[in-house]
Amino acid sequence: MLWRVEVGLRPQVTDTLGNRVSSKISQELGIAVDRVDAIKVFTVAGLDEAQIRLVLERHVLHDPILHQASLQPLPAPAGEFAWVLEVSFRPGVTDNEGRTAAQTVAMVLGLPTPWPRDFAVYTSTRYLLSGDIDETAARHIAKDLLANELIQRIDLKNSSQWKTEPGFPARTAQVVGRPSDTTQTINLSGLSHAELMEISRKGVLALSLEEMLAIRDYYERPEIITARMAQGLPEAPTDVELEALAQTWSEHCKHKIFNAQITYRISSQADSPVPSPSALDINSLYKTFIQRPTAQIRQRMGADDFCLSVFKDNAGVIRFDQGHNICVKVETHNSPSALDPYGGALTGIVGVNRDPMGTGMGAELLCNTDVFCLGSPFHDQPLPPRLLHPRRVLEGVREGVEHGGNKSGIPTVNGSLVFHDRFLGKPLIFCGTVGIMPARVAGRPSHVKQARPGDIIVMVGGRIGKDGIHGATFSSEELHADSPATAVQIGDPITQRKMYDFLMTARDRGLYQAITDNGAGGLSSSVGEMAQDSGGCDLDLSLAPLKYDGLNPWEILLSEAQERMTAAVAPENLNAFLALARRMDVEATALGTFTDTGLFHIRFGERVVGSLDMDFLHHGTPQMHLEAVWSPPAQKEVAVEALGGPDGIGNMDQDNLLERILGRLNVCSKEYVIRQYDHEVQGGSVIKPLMGVLADGPTDAAVIRPLLDAHRGLVISHGICPKFSDLDTYWMTANAVDEAVRNAVAVGADPARMAGVDNFCWCDPVQSEKTPDGRYKLAQLVRSNQALAHYCLAYGVPCISGKDSMKNDYSVAGIKISVPPTVLFSLVGVVEDVRDCVSSDFKQPEDLVYLLGTTRSELGGSELVDELGLSGGLVPQVDALANHQRYHALHAAIRSGLVRAAHDLSDGGLATALAEMAIGGRLGARIDLAHIPSIPKKLPVTTLLYSESAGRLLVCVAPDQAGEFEALFAGQALSRIGHVQQEPTLLIKNADVPILSAPVERLATAWQATMNW
Amino acid sequence: MNNVKVLVLAGYGTNCQRETAHAATLAGADEVVVAHFSELVAGDVRLGGFQFLIFPGGFLDGDDLGAAQAAALRWRYAKTVSGTPLVEELQRFFDGGGLILGICNGFQLLVKLGMLPGTGTGTLERQVSLSHNDSARFEDRWVHLRANPKSPCVFTAGLEALYLPVRHGEGKLVPKDDATLQALEDQDLVALRYVDRKTGQPTMTYPANPNGSPGGIAGLTDPSGRILGLMPHPEAYNHLTNHPGWTRGEKAPLGVTLLANGIAALRARK
Repeated sequence: MLWRVEVGLRPQVTDTLGNRVSSKISQELGIAVDRVDAIKVFTVAGLDEAQIRLVLERHVLHDPILHQASLQPLPAPAGEFAWVLEVSFRPGVTDNEGRTAAQTVAMVLGLPTPWPRDFAVYTSTRYLLSGDIDETAARHIAKDLLANELIQRIDLKNSSQWKTEPGFPARTAQVVGRPSDTTQTINLSGLSHAELMEISRKGVLALSLEEMLAIRDYYERPEIITARMAQGLPEAPTDVELEALAQTWSEHCKHKIFNAQITYRISSQADSPVPSPSALDINSLYKTFIQRPTAQIRQRMGADDFCLSVFKDNAGVIRFDQGHNICVKVETHNSPSALDPYGGALTGIVGVNRDPMGTGMGAELLCNTDVFCLGSPFHDQPLPPRLLHPRRVLEGVREGVEHGGNKSGIPTVNGSLVFHDRFLGKPLIFCGTVGIMPARVAGRPSHVKQARPGDIIVMVGGRIGKDGIHGATFSSEELHADSPATAVQIGDPITQRKMYDFLMTARDRGLYQAITDNGAGGLSSSVGEMAQDSGGCDLDLSLAPLKYDGLNPWEILLSEAQERMTAAVAPENLNAFLALARRMDVEATALGTFTDTGLFHIRFGERVVGSLDMDFLHHGTPQMHLEAVWSPPAQKEVAVEALGGPDGIGNMDQDNLLERILGRLNVCSKEYVIRQYDHEVQGGSVIKPLMGVLADGPTDAAVIRPLLDAHRGLVISHGICPKFSDLDTYWMTANAVDEAVRNAVAVGADPARMAGVDNFCWCDPVQSEKTPDGRYKLAQLVRSNQALAHYCLAYGVPCISGKDSMKNDYSVAGIKISVPPTVLFSLVGVVEDVRDCVSSDFKQPEDLVYLLGTTRSELGGSELVDELGLSGGLVPQVDALANHQRYHALHAAIRSGLVRAAHDLSDGGLATALAEMAIGGRLGARIDLAHIPSIPKKLPVTTLLYSESAGRLLVCVAPDQAGEFEALFAGQALSRIGHVQQEPTLLIKNADVPILSAPVERLATAWQATMNW
Repeated sequence: MNNVKVLVLAGYGTNCQRETAHAATLAGADEVVVAHFSELVAGDVRLGGFQFLIFPGGFLDGDDLGAAQAAALRWRYAKTVSGTPLVEELQRFFDGGGLILGICNGFQLLVKLGMLPGTGTGTLERQVSLSHNDSARFEDRWVHLRANPKSPCVFTAGLEALYLPVRHGEGKLVPKDDATLQALEDQDLVALRYVDRKTGQPTMTYPANPNGSPGGIAGLTDPSGRILGLMPHPEAYNHLTNHPGWTRGEKAPLGVTLLANGIAALRARK
């Protein structure tokens, strides 16, 4: 028997959710509705009538102060309505509220454990739409706002249909399947190249021909054939083996492009590359430009080297103080977020949380960062097929990260929204997490771990379903009405929180030897990686707890079902480990043993279903050989006439121009997003995303106090500049590194104690029919790597972790959109004493305003050029030596208490930075541009105001400390450009010529209006 | 002087236990224990050993079914290994003179359990609830608060103005009926209100009143004054650098003061 429990608000309670839906319909879809009422529906299976009545009587699913609950359809609160539509989950999609409802019902009714087999609760939401809405509009609202048909079902009735037959039939979202232990063998022997590739394509294996051949050759080795016969395995690979190989060798896990052998040439003609004498052979970008510079920097630091574990674990680890280590990881979740922005981003954030959780012996989670790269939310052109509107993507990812971060109790302290037309094709969703661990846990250094032969393989956390098998390579067309939606996953922060509470307790009690997370590739990846420590494993898939029947062994191995970790537990600790898990309401299951047999050995019960040589599994991937050809795009100056003539004044309305720039998407206030993220939980917030006299001014970087009883602080910042990519990815990357360092220094970070995380998001850089410009895109990647190496070395910032995502293209129906190549450079740094930290808002009238650094005519990719619809402009170049010296001097000034405010200059240049400081303090300033250090000496005023030259900062200093401050910058580019004033007007002149006079409140309005949703 | 032992309860999605325990330490507690709900169930930790119980903030059960709804049912229906419903142990702790502080999600739990505003009759019945903010959004922002000098609340005694962050999506107080709301006012059970920054008067204006709570109600006490539930986070203002204006030299009484008042009341007890 199925019951539908409807829960609606009592008449006197405001329907805030209904109101929000109503305003979203008008704001985001432009459809006018009179009102929306929301009703929650719980479909309950497996209870008898007496039990369901008890559920209502005991107020299990509703709050009697707020709600009314009924087994019949509730009447419409407004009496009349035009449409009623109900949104429910498709089978197999994570329904977090349904799970909590089931647990609560079971507890209140005292149901036996395990629960009766047919007992389950499913949730859905019924919306009543009132107003003049036709069917097209109703379906538009359903499909493009309230539901995502990939994961949800929509039922729809108009008011007369509803009157004739009220309600919707009760329906479950159960996955129906039979238990399966079936494996198949795939014969590779004697097949043609085309046939091998067909197997790869059809199986969504993403293996190249070279890789298929390597696999075929492995199975033809005589010693392998003999070994397989001895184990009762067929000569040909089983599906379990082929899938494990495909997963382990995937670009996602193996980073084959970053490890490829690359020949890099420079050519002036893009289409007929002529080998130039300067051709460069690169054996692995990763080893050459990331690993090696980090090793060099560490060597240079000598005894001061604070790196503890770089690139080998789930996250990089550095020393924070004598007793604590910090670890950091940043991931992307682009494809899933494109399909289902909410689920994709939520899974992204709770997924990256598991990286620090599974680093070393496991870290406590300190804070999250998020950077979203999106198309314009105001996009008003027709969308290419299958793409979601950027506003919807933004709302979905915002909410996903909100739920993932807030519900996990991890503050989201730093981030960015970056807008660019080409992110329409694929959003880039970066999620990062910083963790902390005691330097020693249970008597051992916390940053090392090792699974030993004999240790038990224990899976902890959620159960395994068909979620995320083959990751996001599945397309929506392959989903059917009753098949589980495998392409998209929805994270479950509470199941993860419970697991996390348990793991931290188990860690401190020394109950496990090693731990890692189950992310991409599921058990295949986590057990496979840990088995490298011991030298093999023996895994029994039949023991794995499943969400539902119907998974084949290879699916159990590959499933990317969330909220799971794998631990190596010593046999003598197994009982204690499992008992603690049971007590803390966390599922933990022993699945086998780590061994030293040299084999990745997989059983289903007693039957061997796969056995692979560990060395072949992890090191058998053939190295790719790729070509890169760089042809520098022509760069030219912006025509000076367009900027108001040679002096930059002409007939430019500078007041208006500044307001326009402040309102641009890449400049404007992101308060709408920031406030919906808990950025203060854990109690250590020092520099928040918004500060100043009205707490609405921007800051440059986050500072937290990880240890509440100490004053040492952790700085988190980032740099990201895809707008320079089309000009030269070398400078795009140089600017990203510089921006991250500059932001961190601006709040008080010590430039000698910083570590970086590099995340590359590229469009496919492998030359092929699909990608005729692959050689150029690969050259862009090479140049980007070169810049990363050069600037990390110059600034002495070691990279300690990173990730790449190389296929960020959209290609449907002949339309191809490739994202601008993007590097996110995230940074963690240390401040000795948080009480020295500085925010960007103007503090006191009469404080002197200094501009540090040199301004050049660098308007390429700038906000100004884009706002004025101009073309050209030179890309900003980064003077590492001068900047490095400046950052150290500024840090010394901050430590000496000489700096009242500091702010970095980035998008929108000097004028924007001045306006932001004025907004933060709601104070004005009098500024003179006449003596700004610039190259060439004389620049148009508009260029001075809006050039985005790197390495520059604005600093406020009390008048009586000017001498001491200036002395620290002797010989450096520094200019006193004016002072703060009480009157809230930003006044800018050039010698005697007035340029701009803007009331601060008007600037604030311009800056805040764009995303004031 | 009485010894004061504080118990901070966590588990099932609670997440502010660490800073709450730190605030209790700063407030002068002799001993602070952070325990998981499962330890209460197992009987490893007993409420009887403590004088001050804190339900910290978080997202119990992910706010599914409404904030703290599932947790309130867990308290009511879960039994310890010895077979006593946990809620009875809670009632006994309170009847024995214990102090209870519920912060944000902890406040939501106390009202959903019927511990607040409390009838004083010893029966637990839900009289008010906390529902979605009028903005229908979770928001993190600092708010100005004023304590009700007539309230019997031991935590707010002697305090006037406070400045603390709110971080919630469900903080709007909804009474069972108008008489219930009136009774809160008549009995001075409203301990804290959202006030306007300039006038210091209770406000219904967003964002000074972040959720649309009637009368600017931000915190409730019970007739004994020994229970306080509040939406703002006192533990999040545990250091001068937590204040959003600290780089401008701005300061206010630390949120820790609320906890210190509770501990002082326990110490002063004969």
